[in-house]
Amino acid sequence: MVTTKDKTRRIVISPVTRVEGHGKVSILLDEENNVQQARLHIVEFRGFERFIQGRPYWEMPVAVQRLCGICPVSHHLCAAKAVDRLVGGEQLTPTAEKMRRLMHYGQIFQSHVLHFFHLCSPDLLFGFDADPKIRNVIGVAAKYPDLAKQGIFMRKYGQEVIRLTAGKKIHGTGAIPGGINKNLSIEERDELLADLDQMIAWSLGAVKIARDYTMDHIEIAKLFGSFESNHLSIVRGDGAMDLYDGGLRAIDRDGKKIFDQVDNQDYLSYIAEEVRDWSYMKFPFIKSIGPENGWYRVGPLARINTCDFIDTPEAESARKEFMAVTQGKPNHMTLAYHWARMIEVLHAIEKIAELLHDPDLQGTDLVVRGDRRDEGVGILEAPRGTLFHHYRINKDDQVTMCNLIVSTTSNNEPMNRAVQRVAQDHLSGKPEISEAMLNHVEVAIRAYDPCLSCATHAMGQMPLSVILVDANGEIIDEKTKQ
Amino acid sequence: MSQTYTIHIDGVAIQALPGQKLIEAADAAGIYIPRLCHKRGLEPFGACRLCTVLVNGRPGTACTTPVADGMVVENDIESLREFRKQIIEMLFVEGNHFCMFCEMSGNCELQAMAYRFGITAPRYPYIWPHREIDASHPDILIDRNRCILCGRCVRASRDIDGKHVYDFVGRGAHKQIAVNAAARLADTNADVTDEALNVCPVGALLKKRTAFQVPIGRRLYDLKPIGSEIESDGSTRID
Ligand code: SF4
Ligand code: FES
Repeated sequence: MVTTKDKTRRIVISPVTRVEGHGKVSILLDEENNVQQARLHIVEFRGFERFIQGRPYWEMPVAVQRLCGICPVSHHLCAAKAVDRLVGGEQLTPTAEKMRRLMHYGQIFQSHVLHFFHLCSPDLLFGFDADPKIRNVIGVAAKYPDLAKQGIFMRKYGQEVIRLTAGKKIHGTGAIPGGINKNLSIEERDELLADLDQMIAWSLGAVKIARDYTMDHIEIAKLFGSFESNHLSIVRGDGAMDLYDGGLRAIDRDGKKIFDQVDNQDYLSYIAEEVRDWSYMKFPFIKSIGPENGWYRVGPLARINTCDFIDTPEAESARKEFMAVTQGKPNHMTLAYHWARMIEVLHAIEKIAELLHDPDLQGTDLVVRGDRRDEGVGILEAPRGTLFHHYRINKDDQVTMCNLIVSTTSNNEPMNRAVQRVAQDHLSGKPEISEAMLNHVEVAIRAYDPCLSCATHAMGQMPLSVILVDANGEIIDEKTKQ
Repeated sequence: MSQTYTIHIDGVAIQALPGQKLIEAADAAGIYIPRLCHKRGLEPFGACRLCTVLVNGRPGTACTTPVADGMVVENDIESLREFRKQIIEMLFVEGNHFCMFCEMSGNCELQAMAYRFGITAPRYPYIWPHREIDASHPDILIDRNRCILCGRCVRASRDIDGKHVYDFVGRGAHKQIAVNAAARLADTNADVTDEALNVCPVGALLKKRTAFQVPIGRRLYDLKPIGSEIESDGSTRID
């Protein structure tokens, strides 16, 4: 990161590092260095929606994994849920549903662990303004070798769960229309059982690290990139957290329900997407409130806020402790995402434990089919938040329409709010802009764990941009790295 | 007792029967000569050139060359391996092959051949041609993006099913697989039970709604390379 000065003040905003994919932030300063405007830009190509036009629908669960190398399993399962509807197979057999859930919890587990231990721990352990030479994952490995090791082994465990359910760590084929193509053999189950206790212990430890960090910095956390918002997720019929299946629930800033148990097929009656001239990425919002105030947050923080309880004991007691901080009201702290994320890690491993002890995983009834439909919606809670897949097909089984709303798109407005808030609080009016100050902006974005490669639907290509903005808002220079 | 010939392939002496094609004699002896358009049970076609060997020093396709007594054949030699690699790479760039989400992945002979030859990326630029899909038939899908023009379906439909559903039209780069109707497969007498649906080496001619049912790890070429089903110490080898 560089700051240069000449007659007109200008600032070089570096690419956002340590988020999955790439993005850029532009911050416009006036002569007194007051922040006039701060924005996160992500380019959305929607190339995938075009690419799959005319392809047979059964390819979708495998093809969508090209969207993203980070959470391909979430796309795989979400597309499979939509495609289940197309073949009338949404009432899965117990074996199929439980295998898919196991896959999904494995994905949540490994993705959250990667984010926390590899991408965020440098900021949390060393401080936002520590020397960037130390404030990285190598620095963590040197100073906290045990923690770094846990991160690696936990991630590996999640990936093994994925491999044994989907067939491969990435680009698996496990979920097929109306079911799954394999069960879990006794040998495979035992392979996963072997390390389970260790994983549970480490997950409990991770919740403690995140909680202690948040509570030790609670005054900072209350302010840092903080703002009130609506929250959205799916929840189970009884209000329990359910990351794989459920009705849509949205709550307002006070926790009051805006809608609840909305049928997934009907999401378009409740959610719309706004286009703004300065961003290629859309801004989803709750229709009944409108684009101005109807935006909402998704992801771990939103899910802990929306659910009534968690159905696994350790995660539930962690949730209670979390909610006590805000007296049971929704928690709006951007930095609280980390704690919420680790509660989900604990929930995921408890669910994995439950499933591994369930003999249904060795069942042989794998696929169901019913009456064919020509439209289907699948919604699930991906690591980064609610994920929507919507397909229409013609009578020849070819996809004619595809609409995806990924978590990062839902968090577009929230991330922009966080960026604005941090820029105002930490940059405005300062004579010199330092790397540490800019890192504060990045820390706020990273809390949302945005997956920019997904959000752009770009199929793996996402150029990285640096822009120079002067006091008049003119772009002076722009550099792009592939 | 019928007459037998003796031929040598890469220095190994084997027996061959008059009237046999070279590739059949090699198969019987457990010697694998790579092939794509050839399939046991179908007429020899000689389209892909992958089975090219040196017969008495001169190149020829093993699937169409009849055996002759005393033939000296070179098969698994560096120059031919290189030639075959080039053919496989050309097939990849001439079509639109997305192995990562193709339902034939793991069962595809073209993909398996690339693995056997250690090809990671083709040396030629991708052409990304525009190719049509024919999804009109209720149970059958033609995805021309993946067709390698091997003609197996043409022969199977004509000679086994007795139907003549498929044929080639066009020339050179415009050659493509066509159906025996004005435009669509739905207007032919193709049926999901046709043998033609079992011979396509790639994911171009498919039964609908059967995709991805075999999990990764249990597909045809997940554990053993293509050709290993033939390679053995065949009984027709002469010690
Ligand atoms: S459709 Fe398949 S079998 Fe027919 S010519 Fe093309 S690749 Fe060969
Ligand atoms: S296998 Fe002989 S030419 Fe194709």
